[in-house]
This record gives sequence, structure tokens and C-alpha cells, in this order.
Amino acid sequence: MSAAKLIHGYEVVIGFETHAQLATHSKIFSRASTAFGAEPNTQACALDLALPGTLPVMNRAAVECAIQLGLALGSHIAPRSVFARKNYFYPDLPKGYQISQFEIPVVQGGAVSFLLDGETKTVRLVRAHLEEDAGKSLHEDFIGQSGIDLNRAGTPLLEIVTEPDMRSSDEAVAYAKKLHEIVTWIGVCDGNMQEGSFRCDANVSVRKPGGPLGTRREIKNLNSFKFMQQAIDYEVRWQIAQIEDGHAIQQATVLFNPDTGETRAMRTKEDAADYRYFPDPDLPPLVIAPEWVERVRGEMVELPWVMAQRFVRDYGLPEYDAATLTQSKAMAAYFEETAQACGQAKLASNWVMGEVSRRLNAEEGTFEKVKVHPLALAALITRVADNTISNNGAKQVFEEMWSSVQFNEDGGRLIHVNIFEGVHLSDKVDAIIEAKGLKQMNDSSELEKIIDAVLAANPKNVEEFKAGNTKALNGLVGPIMKASKGKANPAQVNDLLKKKLG
Amino acid sequence: MRDLHNLGVAELAALLHKKEVSAVEVATRFLAGLGGNPHNAFLDINSEVTLAQAQASDAKLAAGTAGPLEGVPIAHKDVFVTQDFVTTAASKILTGYRSPFDATVVRKLREAGMVTLGKLNCDEFAMGSGNENSAFGVVSNPWESSHVPGGSSGGSAAAVAARLTPAATGTDTGGSIRQPAAFCGITGIKPTYGRASRYGMVAFASSLDQAGPMARSAEDCALLLSAMCGPDLDRDSTSLDVPAEDLSRDLDRPLATAGRQGGPLVIGVPEEWSEWSEGGLRNNDVSLDVLMPLTKALHQLIQLGAKVKRVGLADGNLAIPVYYIVACAEASSNLSRFDGVKFGHRAAQYSDLLDMYQKTRSEGFGDEVKRRIMTGAYVLSHGYYDAYYLQAQKIRRMIADDFQRAFAECDVIAGPVAPTTAWKLGEKTDDPVANYLADIFTLPASLAGLPCMSVPVGQSEGGMPVGMQLIGNYLDEARVLNVAHQFQLHTTHHTQAPGAAA
Repeated sequence: MSAAKLIHGYEVVIGFETHAQLATHSKIFSRASTAFGAEPNTQACALDLALPGTLPVMNRAAVECAIQLGLALGSHIAPRSVFARKNYFYPDLPKGYQISQFEIPVVQGGAVSFLLDGETKTVRLVRAHLEEDAGKSLHEDFIGQSGIDLNRAGTPLLEIVTEPDMRSSDEAVAYAKKLHEIVTWIGVCDGNMQEGSFRCDANVSVRKPGGPLGTRREIKNLNSFKFMQQAIDYEVRWQIAQIEDGHAIQQATVLFNPDTGETRAMRTKEDAADYRYFPDPDLPPLVIAPEWVERVRGEMVELPWVMAQRFVRDYGLPEYDAATLTQSKAMAAYFEETAQACGQAKLASNWVMGEVSRRLNAEEGTFEKVKVHPLALAALITRVADNTISNNGAKQVFEEMWSSVQFNEDGGRLIHVNIFEGVHLSDKVDAIIEAKGLKQMNDSSELEKIIDAVLAANPKNVEEFKAGNTKALNGLVGPIMKASKGKANPAQVNDLLKKKLG
Repeated sequence: MRDLHNLGVAELAALLHKKEVSAVEVATRFLAGLGGNPHNAFLDINSEVTLAQAQASDAKLAAGTAGPLEGVPIAHKDVFVTQDFVTTAASKILTGYRSPFDATVVRKLREAGMVTLGKLNCDEFAMGSGNENSAFGVVSNPWESSHVPGGSSGGSAAAVAARLTPAATGTDTGGSIRQPAAFCGITGIKPTYGRASRYGMVAFASSLDQAGPMARSAEDCALLLSAMCGPDLDRDSTSLDVPAEDLSRDLDRPLATAGRQGGPLVIGVPEEWSEWSEGGLRNNDVSLDVLMPLTKALHQLIQLGAKVKRVGLADGNLAIPVYYIVACAEASSNLSRFDGVKFGHRAAQYSDLLDMYQKTRSEGFGDEVKRRIMTGAYVLSHGYYDAYYLQAQKIRRMIADDFQRAFAECDVIAGPVAPTTAWKLGEKTDDPVANYLADIFTLPASLAGLPCMSVPVGQSEGGMPVGMQLIGNYLDEARVLNVAHQFQLHTTHHTQAPGAAA
């Protein structure tokens, strides 16, 4: 571990608790739907309302999500874990207790590793446990009353708890992004932070290097990476200022207000409830046989870092490229299809990380919404590789293909609006090259004529170059490219120039 | 006119199948007996619903699609939720509550063809042993109206004893089927924990609650229990994955060959409960009123071919504290859902959320329920959990192990159900601990989850019924019923009716 960055002589210590809503169709202990955004209380069945006589029955799909995450993070999958009741009264907690795991969680240990400023950082996990979400209290919609929406009650959650291994807000955000990437990659969580599918609580404390851990304050419900960074930075500054002013930090739960950029204490340790945890007698211990774990392992998607290693091994990509391309499953798949079709892995990587990503970023889109088919990109790369067109020309073709596609109103389907619809993708690329006249002039006799004319017209540059000023060459390339209407191959121009002048 | 009221389940089923009487006729006659609510046994009746069910039964009997118990009336303890009748668990907090679904036990008995007469009084949330804790008034013992019927299934026991219904359901958490059955001179059985689904039972103590039938003979109980039991894995995670079976199959086996390997049945008498020596029972803490009929019953069983021997159950003495820790802990959590937010009683006036909770629950729960909630919350509290709850769970396992050692030496265990016969109403109202102590013989089998029943063995000098408890090993209901049936074939205690009903 590298030396921690100090802030005003203090070391920052951060641990995370993340609630990931599991992407199961039904709830953790009932068969009601988990879909987001339905009318209040339309997705709450008798069990979710805690009607007398209802009993929880474990949703195996939620357990499989836990197993998948455990496998992805190198954790121990507990062969026997126990559900416990966390008892407290709140109107959006229908049973008066939350079913969670307390003493024996299903996922134990493991780690999340990520690159930050060129260094690999590893955050150890304590555990990840299964539990049910509560409903929502709607305080704004009613005057003098609160509404309760129990659609969310019983939605399966995995609470993922780290050791206090992070030493800056940058590390914290990088950890959260990596965890987000993993849960969405393996598909156990949709990762939608606005809808609350991925909620982070940060436990923040500061201390003098080498000293005992400081008292922590827990920032609840950080639902964007931007707020996460702002909240932690504010909290750290606040805690240091308090200590510097001679005040001790009180253990507390705080909320971040994005409008003011400040954190504010919600409750202190003194008000902490006694949750009276005890094993839930309605649920026998969760037993996960080794065969179940192996079956889930066999069905799991290739993990990003495993895929990255394969990209390095099989495609000869630099590690940086491999790590970048495996940031999302869609991006990796896009790259692979392109690379396999054109046989030019490094060029494909450059295009995917460069032009394609640039275009997507400009539209705030993701690789699910990429507008140029990987086979079209592969055809284009093939034309660059065989010197049919220049890189610049290729970008024009790419632009033409990209802008010829639009999404229709409902955002889903692609509509191709150009005349090349239905044409084979490689023919389409060739047709655009033809139509735009981008074919490079690879005939050297014609090019030589142009070069000779330009050399004759620019004797000063020729002289300077011969005198040893290599930059003078640039003054010649420009006019040659212009005279060739951009069709000259710049590499070929350079070669011919050097030959003629050398 | 045939005296239908004095017929049992098997006899009524036979008459109905032979069409010697119609289901509507049976229902009408039994409904007529409920006028004025004798003994305050019923909490809800609805003759329209009952007669509609009876008409449907007659249609099935005519069509030849009748279930085995088609048209036979039954009444349900008010802790089973029902769509067609109000369910209150004898608590003010559930006044007027109507469930959108039927308990599995209710559904299965309907599927077997039974016609529901109504809902039966009991101790509030099944907490009590005298039926004096009902929010809707005490139930009186049909044998002597100044005495308690026992509890918590007091309404069930009184209704069956008074011939208001041929059968009733009960629930048994710590003796709530066996003790009122004994006090009212009827037969009742609690199956192995997990045999009968708990889905739709208003939960008191989840790890102990079991449903069972209460009727006037072991033969009837076998028919009823066979219909009630069976796996319900989609609704109750503690339901045993054991197929429903015909629990009447061994009723006719002579005791001389009902033991292991066809040998004589061996009855173990725990020396800690009542010392079996020189052919008699001794226990200074058990009333002679109970010991004498019990001794006689054991001698009769010996005459029928059984062998009686002493067995040890050393840890049974700890059953009372263990039970009241475990049951109260679970109850304190199970009853949290009655908070005035979603259903049931809510205080009329309150200033804020906390006030609403406090008033609702203070008004809605009776003293005994409050006592147990507080006891339960206490034993689960931070700092007390290890000393009470955890310790109790350890001893609970020891008690179960103790039984297994005993069952290595015998086929069934016999002993008293309660130390005394039914006491006078009000006699123990101010002494909850005295009430708890009276559960000493029923608690161990509940804690171990074993099948157990109460069989009438005679009367006290004062004419109050006395029951004998029979405990079998796990899933050994058929054997326990066999012993009880053989005893009843040769005795008439179970046919005795209280004066008013005869």
C-alpha cells in the first residue's frame, strides 16, 4: 500500500457499506414484482403488508445473486448462513422488523481491486449479506400526514461492507465505481443510482498517521459518484476543523445536502436503537451446498479482469487498453466483435477507445446505444489497414455512418435513414468511401507529379530542409495533400519526399 | 330424529356419504346449537357462509366428488385467518379484521369437505392457559361453568366437549391443545413441528406454534390430522417436506405388537414427572386427582399388551424458563406488526407517530400480551441476549436431546398433561407465574417439536376431566394415535359428556 495522502497532517480513513438492489423479478421473501416506478402499493402482496399469518419464503434467485457476487469478489460463500430479525418500529417497515443477516452472513471476506493513478489499490471486504428493503415514506405529498408506499418493501438487497481501507475520497469513489462496474457486469444489480438500486454509505474518520482510528461519522445514502466525492471531502474538512478547534468527534449518522454541499447530523450514537437482533424463527438457516456454488460458477459470465487478461493474451493488447475496454460488458463485446471481424486488434482497440467512445460521450450514451455496427467499423478498419483510405478519411466515413442512424422517439429502436440500408456492411463502407471520394492516391506516378510540382513551387522549403531543418518538410506535405485533395497517403508522401530530397 | 350432536367426525362422515343425512341438515342442526353462544365459545358465526358451504358439500356428495370429510362441521380457533369470518386472535387490536386469504389448515380442511361453523374464542394471541385472556370474555368449562376450560384453545375444547361441534382446530405453542383438551375431557393432538403449515396462523411464537385437531376420539383426530398436514413449502419455510400420510393406518394395531420389531409397545414414564414404581405414580407436585386416573390408565395399557418403564428426562425442569424466554422473545417481534399503520385497531387521538404507536398498542393489547412483549423485548436486549435467549436455545437443544435418549428406550412417553384439573375462573388471574408453572408437563415436547396428545383418562373426585399426555418421536403421530385409539377402544372416558351436554 502506498503512503497515504495527508490533509493538513491528517490521514483519512473510509469504509463503505453499499446496498445493491438485486435484479430479481420478485421480492426476496414474496412473489410480488420488484419493478420500479409502479403506482404506490400496487406491488405489495399480503406478505409485504405483513398481514397476519403470512410467512417469508426465500427467493432462490436472490441467493444466486449473492453467490455470484461472492465468486466475483473472491469471497467465501458460507455453506450455512442465518437470517435474523432487526427489530424497530417505523411506518414503512410493515412487520416492525427487517429480515437481514447478522452474525453469519452469506458472503464473507473477499476484495475489490482497481487502478487509481496507475497504481493497483485493493479494498478488503468484511462481508456481504442478504436483506430486505423497507418501503418508502412519502412526506411531501400529503399535508399533516405521511404516505406509505410499500412497493419497495421486500426488495432484495445485498449489503456489501468493506474494511476501513480507503484513504481518500478519490479512492472511495474509485472503489464505488469499481464495485458498481462489477455488480452491473455480472448482472446482479441494474446499478441505477437515481432509482436507488445502488446506495452507498461512507464511514469517514480522520486521524494522525500511526494513531488509533478516529471516531467515525456515517454519511448515508450517497446516490451519485459526484455527491460521494463532495460529501466525503466536506466531511473530512469538517472533522479536521472540529479537531483542530479542540472538539471531539461524536459518532453520528449524517446526511449530505447536495444544495448546500454540507453534511448534517441526523442522529448520534446516544439515540442509537437497540435492534434486538435474533435469528428469524420463520426461516431455517440458508444452506448452500458446494454443488450449488459450482453450478452458479459455471453459469457466470466472464469477469472483467479475466476478460482483460484474455485480451492481453489473445489480442496482444497493452494492459491499459484491456482494462479500458473491459469497463463495461457492452464495450468489451463491441471491441471483440470488431477485432475478430477485421483481424486488427490494436486498431480496433484504438477506434473503440477513441472515436467510438468520443462520439458516445458527446451523446451521453453507452455502448448499448452505439450507432455504428461493429462489422461496419471492422470493414472501415480493414480499409485503413489496406491503405485504401487515410485515418482522416476513415473518420469522415465513420461520421457519415454514425449520423445516418437515429433513435426513434421511444429511445429504443434504431432507424437507418440513409440509402445504404440493407447493403452489406463492408459494401456500405466502400460505397461511402466512393461517394465521398476518399480513396487514397496509391498510384505513385500521379503522386510524384504532384510532389514535383509542389517542390518546384516551394524552393525555399527545399533549401531549408536540405540545410538540416527537418521541420521544413511539413511545409511541403501540406500543399501536397491539398493538391491531392486529401487522397494522398501521408506516409507515402513522406517516403517519396525523403527519397526525392535525400 | 337422530342425535347428530353426539356423533363424532367418522360417524358423521359415514352418514353423510351414505346420504342418510344431508350436509345442510347437519349444518343447520349444529348452527341451531350455537344460539346464545354457549360457554362464550364462539367469536364469529355466519350461518349464510356455513349453509352455502354445506350446500356445496351436498352437491359434491350427490356428484360423487365428495372429500373424505365432506359435510362434517368444524370450527376454527380464531388464530387461523379466514376469508369468510372475522379473525381477531381474541385481541382488541384485530377487532373486525378480515383476511384476504384462508390459512392453509383451513383450506385443507375445506378441501377435505369440512363445513366451517365459525371461529372459536381463545386466549389473546394464544397466550394463556385458562382462556381468561380473551379480549372478548372468558370461556367457561362445560363440565363446571365456574371453571376455566384451559387455554389457549379454550373455546375449541369447550365447543367440542359441549357437543357444539364435532371437531375444532386448535394451536399448541406450549400446551394450548393438550391442556384444554385435558381440562374439557376431549382428545387433541399437536403434530411434529412443521407437519401442519403455519401459513395463516396468527403467529405467537414461530418456532413453537403448531396447529392440531381437537375432537372426541383419537380416531377422529387421526382423520382430521391426516387432512390438515402436508408440505406447504411455497408458503411456510418451516413446513416439513414430508408427504401427507394416512395417520389412521395404525389405529387397529394391538399394543402387544405395536412396538419396535413387532414387539410389545414400550411406554416410558419420565421419573421427573411422576415416579413409576411398584405399579403406581408418585409426584408431590401433581394432584392426586390427576395421578390416580393416570395410574389406572397405565395399568389398562399394560393389560392391553404394553410395557411401562421409567425413563429419564433430566432437563425437563428447565423447560419453563426456557419456554418463557423463547416464546416471549419471538412474540415480542411477531406482534410488532400490530402498530396501527396498516390494519387493525388504531388509537382515535394521537399527537405524533410515537404517540400513535403507544396509544394503539396500549389500547389494543391485553395485560398478558403486554407482559410477554415486555419480557421478550427484555431478553433480546443488548447485553441480555447471551444470558437469556442464547442460553435458552442451548438448553432447548439439551431438552430435545434428552427426549432422543428416552426414545432409545421406549416407543412413546406418557405422563400428566397438567398438575391439576381445571381451576376456578379468576383463581390465578393475579398470579401469572402460577399459570406459567402449570405448563410444566406440556412445555418440554413443545420445545423439542415432538408430536404429543391428550387423551381423557377419567375424572377427579369433583368430577373434572383428567387427561393423559402421550408423546411420540418425530413424525410418529400414527403410533401415538394408535396407542390412544387402542386405549379408547377399551375405555369410555372419551365418550363422557358434561352434564349440560349429555
